[in-house]
Amino acid sequence: MSQLKPAVNSKDHVQGKNEAPLELVEYGDYQCPHCGHAYPIIKNVQRSLGADLKFVFRNFPLSEMHPDAFNAAVAAEAAELQQKFWDMHDIIFENQQKLDMISLFFYAKTIGLDLERFKNDIQKSTLIVKVEQDFESGVRSGVNGTPSFFINGKKYNGDWEEDAFNQYLKSQLSVT
Amino acid sequence: MLALETFAPDFELNCTPDQKLKLSELRSKKIILAFYPADWSPVCSDQMSLYNEMLKFFSRHNAQLIGISVDSKWCHLAFSENHKFHFPLLADFEPKGAVSKLYEVYDEKEGESLRALYVLDEKGIIRWNYLSPAGINPGADGILDALEDLDKSKSIQS
Repeated sequence: MSQLKPAVNSKDHVQGKNEAPLELVEYGDYQCPHCGHAYPIIKNVQRSLGADLKFVFRNFPLSEMHPDAFNAAVAAEAAELQQKFWDMHDIIFENQQKLDMISLFFYAKTIGLDLERFKNDIQKSTLIVKVEQDFESGVRSGVNGTPSFFINGKKYNGDWEEDAFNQYLKSQLSVT
Repeated sequence: MLALETFAPDFELNCTPDQKLKLSELRSKKIILAFYPADWSPVCSDQMSLYNEMLKFFSRHNAQLIGISVDSKWCHLAFSENHKFHFPLLADFEPKGAVSKLYEVYDEKEGESLRALYVLDEKGIIRWNYLSPAGINPGADGILDALEDLDKSKSIQS
């Protein structure tokens, strides 16, 4: 079974407690409709599992298929520099049909980013490299499309519709 | 599948409606042969779209990706344009599946290629192979590991 490489580390975007018994990692593409479908499901799963779940998002933009996905990923990384990664991640998924540059700036403004700084940050090569490194780590980990999920480091190939996903995660809770 | 460390048999197939591609013309590069069942099917589209994003990773290892299915050259053209592919799709169309049969990756019942991968080295020797269940996208980690191992073994030899 495919293993998450590298393991979750300080470069990752993490929601939840570090010591949570369940770790869910998503490799996602902001312009991918399946990821858009997964977005509210993950929110609900997080609510349902509470402190037992830690959620991590890594970038896996398929740029040829989704021409705005890479820019959106960089925009979310730029928001991280103002401690607002998850606000940007959320607003992008909630508006994923409009991800052109003007829209990304509008979302940045909506969540209260310093726009001058954001404008500079999205051109930083370090952020571009970060997104590329996420992609490469996904390939290494056996990601074959988006969204791909890893639960406690192992690739999850099962059903991720809400009830099934919730049930599976809860079943893993008793294993750990 | 054909055995490792054997010579990959040569073939020539259409890569565009008016151009043919001969395997032996690509010596000096590593070759990734990706046989797949059908243009437009969901799993094949996902798999080929993933590989399309991987081309720069493959080229770091001096490797060229080639997709092969029994679809016609015109079908390949439409599939490729629609998905913005930047690698050749070969039409194993007439006689149907001849190259897939030669590489022992033909599904007689479905009349399609199996979902199978070969990695050839610069001399045309088969160095890695993988047969995936038809419904499962095998991803690219196996290919990358194989390409890396090849580069490593080369640097040890030299």
